[in-house]
Amino acid sequence: MGNELLKLEGIEKSFPGVKALDGVNLTVTAGRVMALVGENGAGKSTLMKVLTGIYKRDAGTMTYLGKKVTFKGPAQSQKAGISIIHQELNLLPELSIAENIFLGREQVGSLGNILWNRMYTEADNLLKRLGISRSSKTRLGELGIGEQQMVEIAKALSFESRVIIMDEPTDALTDTETQALFTVINELRDADYGVVYISHRLKEIFDICDDVTILRDGKFIAEMPVAELTEETMIELMVGRKLEEQYPRIAVAKGNVQLKTDNLSADGVNEVCLEVCEGEIVGVAGLMGAGRTELMKAIFGANPVTGGCIIINGKKVHISTPKDALEAGIAFISEDRKADGLILGLSVKENMTLAALKHFSHAAGQVYHAKERDAVNQYIETFNIKTPSRKQAVGNLSGGNQQKVAIAKGLMTRPKVLILDEPTRGVDVGAKKEIYQLINTFKKEGMSIILVSSDMPEILGMSDRIVVMHEGRISGEFTAAEADQETIMACAVGKTR
Amino acid sequence: MTIQKKSLSTRLIEQKTLIALLAMILVVSLLNPNFFTTGNILNILRQTAVNAVIAVGMTMVILTAGIDLSVGSILALCGAIGASLIAAELPVAVAVGTSLAAGAIVGGVTGIIIAKGKVQAFIATLVAMTLVRGLTLVYTDGRPISTGFTDVADSFAVIGTGYLFGVPVPVWIMAVTFLGAWYLLNHTRLGRYIYALGGNETATRLSGINVDRIKIYVYAISGVLSALAGLIVTSRLSSAQPTAGAGYELDAIAAVVLGGTSLMGGKGTIIGTLLGALIIGFLNNALNLLDVSSYYQMIAKALVILLAVLIDTKSK
Ligand SMILES: Nc1ncnc2c1ncn2[C@@H]1O[C@H](COP(=O)(O)OP(=O)(O)OP(=O)(O)O)[C@@H](O)[C@H]1O
Ligand SMILES: [Mg+2]
Repeated sequence: MGNELLKLEGIEKSFPGVKALDGVNLTVTAGRVMALVGENGAGKSTLMKVLTGIYKRDAGTMTYLGKKVTFKGPAQSQKAGISIIHQELNLLPELSIAENIFLGREQVGSLGNILWNRMYTEADNLLKRLGISRSSKTRLGELGIGEQQMVEIAKALSFESRVIIMDEPTDALTDTETQALFTVINELRDADYGVVYISHRLKEIFDICDDVTILRDGKFIAEMPVAELTEETMIELMVGRKLEEQYPRIAVAKGNVQLKTDNLSADGVNEVCLEVCEGEIVGVAGLMGAGRTELMKAIFGANPVTGGCIIINGKKVHISTPKDALEAGIAFISEDRKADGLILGLSVKENMTLAALKHFSHAAGQVYHAKERDAVNQYIETFNIKTPSRKQAVGNLSGGNQQKVAIAKGLMTRPKVLILDEPTRGVDVGAKKEIYQLINTFKKEGMSIILVSSDMPEILGMSDRIVVMHEGRISGEFTAAEADQETIMACAVGKTR
Repeated sequence: MTIQKKSLSTRLIEQKTLIALLAMILVVSLLNPNFFTTGNILNILRQTAVNAVIAVGMTMVILTAGIDLSVGSILALCGAIGASLIAAELPVAVAVGTSLAAGAIVGGVTGIIIAKGKVQAFIATLVAMTLVRGLTLVYTDGRPISTGFTDVADSFAVIGTGYLFGVPVPVWIMAVTFLGAWYLLNHTRLGRYIYALGGNETATRLSGINVDRIKIYVYAISGVLSALAGLIVTSRLSSAQPTAGAGYELDAIAAVVLGGTSLMGGKGTIIGTLLGALIIGFLNNALNLLDVSSYYQMIAKALVILLAVLIDTKSK
């Protein structure tokens, strides 16, 4: 075993209304990858923020390279050799990839001039190492959220660090990108770095990590080599109880066709014909950039439709804004909750009812607070959202709990068609199952559900029918019985069926 | 996850604007016994009313992450319109209604330019500020418009100089404006949407909300309230000055910011703005009572605002 780089002991941290960490330990060893797992809101991100000095700890000690330390802020911990890739991206969309990577550390010549060529070359090399085929001169805003995540990773690698922390790095990555990241992590391990890896994808933990630290409700539960655990026992330690079948598929008699697109075209979408019936879940698979999100945004009126039409219950509808879509009974939960879904500064309550406020107010505009409060409390309970109260700002919730609020917000509009774009991204195993069960409840009530997901087991486990997209077109369609991972992947890369 | 109660100290810190106001009142009362008298307090409230009414509209605009620099010019134009109608001996209700409507139209058009034309609020209202000031000078020919010495003018004067139950009418107007704004922001859909828009415009649009309309509404409201302030000023002086209201946007913005509303939008309260406006009002009065020369008053006011904002950012 390598030597201990970093040791945290008895860490405590409270926020108004919440004790987020309560006596947590963590050890990072050179040449080993430490997984940090726990349910949404268990305190993983908070622990990392305490570690890097973003938050001040209330109690506990921190030993780094044999010395007791307290970092006053991320700049200090960064300088000492601890890099972190945060769960929430912190990049500037108007700057180039290279400028983002070297922000604040631009190399300058003798006249104070930025050495652009050197910067671009170094950035290009980093991108190549991560298997990204983009020029580092590209404006960051042009990248998809997955690629942006890779830029964050490139940035962390560009520092001379001993410890690299990754908070749910694969959340928005495709399988290929994830593989590229794993190659990098293996290289880091060989080069004697210490790595902390946070993820809700347990399979990844078994693939890439050596040890695991488990948290539950802010408390330290266990630290052990991954080899001593099975997926089941790990889940049990995380949630404190056994979980049965992860994908509780139910059979529901299919009703009439509820939503249909007829040769729908939009930016990145080419003549797509998609059908969803009442009580049906249609999974939409494909690689990143296949046009799935673009299609959904076009149906929802967030992106302009350039051809074809949308038919609901046999009637052609005109949708040019999200308002039209919501009025037609379509709800859309975006994959990018921070940019498109939530208003981080507003409370859980205000976010949840925002799209459905008409249901909670008088025609003249007066809001019925009691009615609103009851509905929100009920959703907090059914979704098991961890928040001190409905008045908490959504930005203070853990990532997974934010996602639950985003889904609840869509459901509050009582839609007939529910479009979920990567709904379980960043959601823990237990909560995932809760979300699946909720989706099933709505399915039983006759809701039509479109499930866009890059999580193959999820698509296979939940959908009645699976549609695969490639370069803006539908390249394959399967019933649940005939689909499997290989055939879907084949269609996703462009083989038609 | 254990739930904890908010401690008393955190609650107190949240009320720092109130504490600042009370501290100021206490200190000045000790320095000058004439300060804390009913007469003087009512006087301060009356003097605060104009800025406070404008600051209410400004709060809504700033909550949407916008800004309105045109308030002072609208005040002057609508004051002049009101004065000329009174001078023409039209009924007070007609003069007031026309003046308020003009404020709504000017504000609404600015809002349309911002929402539909995608012009930045700073630029659009800066243009409006100059343009409307120009219109006022043209309309008044650069001279004050007197409301005259008719019965109509006398009843119009009540708006700025009258008393109701011993309290000046402008103070009543201010109170009603704040109550209305408080209700709108906390108990109506529009209020909720104003906060949402300032917090995240994309997410608000994707929630099926017509964000353009919200923007137009807030600038129209700001316009109406500027016109109302213009009526108070005109009524008090029995005449409309073409240069009235110059620089008032800064006092209004200062009141909003002192009240803890974020210029980034989405965060803030109307109560905070009331306290902010009161602080500025009390400060002006206190500096007068303490015989500080008007040049030094400006400096002192600026420093107090700076201090308050610094304390605010520090405690975040
Ligand atoms: N700034 C804050 N203010 C108030 N509460 C906070 C703040 N940050 C985190 N919390 C609370 O602390 C707890 C732990 O949150 P944390 O983000 O660390 O969870 P997590 O384990 O990273 O979860 P996830 O897997 O969902 O990302 C949560 O209950 C959260 O609501
Ligand atoms: Mg987290």
